[in-house]
Amino acid sequence: MESLAELRELKEEVKDQQADGDKPEIIIGMGTCGIAAGARKVLKEILNEIDKRELDVTVNQTGCIAMCEKEPLVDVRLPGKSRITYGNVGIDNISKIIVGHVVNGNIVNELAIAKLND
Amino acid sequence: MEESTYRSHLLICCGTDCVSSGCEEIKSALEEELANNDLADEVKVIETGCHGFCEKGPVIIAYPEGVCYCELEPFDMAVIVKEHILNGRIIDELLYQEPLTEESISSYKELDFYSKQQRIALANCGYIDPEEIDDYIANDGYEALGRVLTEMTSQEVIEEVKDAGLRGRGGGGFPTGLKWQFAHDAESDKKYIICNADEGDPGAFMDRSLLEGDPHRIIEGMIIGGYAIGADEGYIYVRAEYPLAIERLQKAIDQAEEYGLLGEDIFSSSFDFKLQIKEGAGAFVCGEETALMASIEGKRGMPNPRPPYPAQKGLWGQPSNINNVETYANIPYIMLNGAEDFSSIGTEGSAGTKVFALTGNINNTGLAEVPMGITMREIIYDVAGGISDGKEFKAVQIGGPSGGCLPKDKLDLPVDYDSLIDAGVMMGSGGLVVMDEDICMVDVARFFLDFTQSESCGKCTPCREGTKRMLEILERITFGEGEEGDIELLKELSQNIKDTSLCGLGQTAPNPVLSTLEYFEDEYKAHIYEQTCPGGICQNLLGDYIINQDCIGCTTCIDTCPVDAVTGEKGEVHEIALDLCIACGTCVDDCPVDAIVQE
Repeated sequence: MESLAELRELKEEVKDQQADGDKPEIIIGMGTCGIAAGARKVLKEILNEIDKRELDVTVNQTGCIAMCEKEPLVDVRLPGKSRITYGNVGIDNISKIIVGHVVNGNIVNELAIAKLND
Repeated sequence: MEESTYRSHLLICCGTDCVSSGCEEIKSALEEELANNDLADEVKVIETGCHGFCEKGPVIIAYPEGVCYCELEPFDMAVIVKEHILNGRIIDELLYQEPLTEESISSYKELDFYSKQQRIALANCGYIDPEEIDDYIANDGYEALGRVLTEMTSQEVIEEVKDAGLRGRGGGGFPTGLKWQFAHDAESDKKYIICNADEGDPGAFMDRSLLEGDPHRIIEGMIIGGYAIGADEGYIYVRAEYPLAIERLQKAIDQAEEYGLLGEDIFSSSFDFKLQIKEGAGAFVCGEETALMASIEGKRGMPNPRPPYPAQKGLWGQPSNINNVETYANIPYIMLNGAEDFSSIGTEGSAGTKVFALTGNINNTGLAEVPMGITMREIIYDVAGGISDGKEFKAVQIGGPSGGCLPKDKLDLPVDYDSLIDAGVMMGSGGLVVMDEDICMVDVARFFLDFTQSESCGKCTPCREGTKRMLEILERITFGEGEEGDIELLKELSQNIKDTSLCGLGQTAPNPVLSTLEYFEDEYKAHIYEQTCPGGICQNLLGDYIINQDCIGCTTCIDTCPVDAVTGEKGEVHEIALDLCIACGTCVDDCPVDAIVQE
């Protein structure tokens, strides 16, 4: 990084990449609070489920979003849609979220907490 | 005509998709269930083609009602036959429900938890991937650093921070710009900038979340601070109990180095800066700046008298500047949005926001970043969702072991540095422990004194001996052995320890006692003079557990008692052997008729 212009160029590049993501994205809260509440198991189950169904999905992590009470938190973002946050996600809920939301586009009522408009 | 003799028709979809989702099993389970109930002649099961509803399959449509049951499993058939066919009741749980659309879900801003929050330090936490520098850059990351290094002088940076009115978020609330000015003005060819991430207050986890969720923001804040004071080297002092924070910080430092954002000639500005992590061993006193610097130098973590202040003679004897994690997290925002924007948030004396860790008897534990000046009531009842289990609020502990407890009538106090000091507590690093009616304030004071006493480094007598004596008195009071004069002695000791201790640990250690004495002196008196604990916590002051005549002899308490102190026959009133009873209260919680009471 030699100059501010170079930084700004990179910024636009990354933003473009993120904007026209054509894959569903699953984001897991992996702060200490999330991990303590079982986020690692949830992550593993999500990867299993994706593998089993041979889905083309991006899985990312993020830090604590502050709702520690509702950890583990899992967000699902379908291309062109808002990011939906699910709370108190257990490994039993994963197939429902993946089949219902990621594959079929239906938000899972009982687990959804909020949406995040980018 | 024969058809009309059936009382119901059940249409099972047997299109290809539903066959694959298990309609064959459904059909045979249904037929078996009908046969078992002698309904085979009354209910006709019809296989149909696709209902066009494949993702909710297998599906049954029941006529004459025209009800559609979805996502069925073979075991649901018994319910359908019993409830729908025999009892004529529609089974809501199996009905098709409209999928929730995006529009019907509230956005984050509409949640009570977030509507009063304003996120500056936490802006990226929970949104970006903390292990990807590109994610941070896409969210304006390092833009502030770029502008500072290419467009501003160090003095201009300091003026901006001064004008913003940023005060130290670690607890003291010293103006950050002024601190930077002192370090800037100190003459030396070597200076250091240090980040205090030795978060040790019980119940506090703001710094950890920041470091884990957005490590680049802290790094950017520190580089800007380094430029402002003229330091080319920085340390992040973070406790080893935060392994994830350390791991992510190290990754972030490596990435920043790779991008040339740390190292030599950053943004071709001829400014060099390197950063390293120093892991602390978890001693509370190392959060005190002089002890922290001693610890970095490899010495025992003990405080030294000030002056000289770190800005004159700090790490390795060189001018140094120490700020808290959250303080640095605010710097990129100030540089990007300007001092005026920042100072418009919060109150006149306390600009910006503060991150609080919400814990205790509340519905929403977690982190909250709120503008300064918000009332305690808004934080507890709006953001934190009120007291859990429908109980009453009793007190809120703010500022950790250096802070104090505020009672109900202080709930409308605006939360800013100066109002809190006036009320006898302090902002501290931002731990908020909310307590409900079932708490003993003397026991709370004892808990915090126990903490500071065991964390006292022992270097100065007032703190080492004074906190020990205070703890002994508090223990006596909670054991029911309080004496006349204890309250006065506690006050006198507190004042002496505050006045004469070497460092902040000792100077603030009596605060939990002083604030509980100020607002809850009645409880101390009840312990000492009436031998009762109003909060129902101090076991020695509570009577023996006995079982009264309401007992129905269900034997529940006999089964749950961990020390087998309860005896009795089924159907007869049970009895507690007082010599065995440890007064744990388990039987009280489990008794179905509330027959166990304390005398």
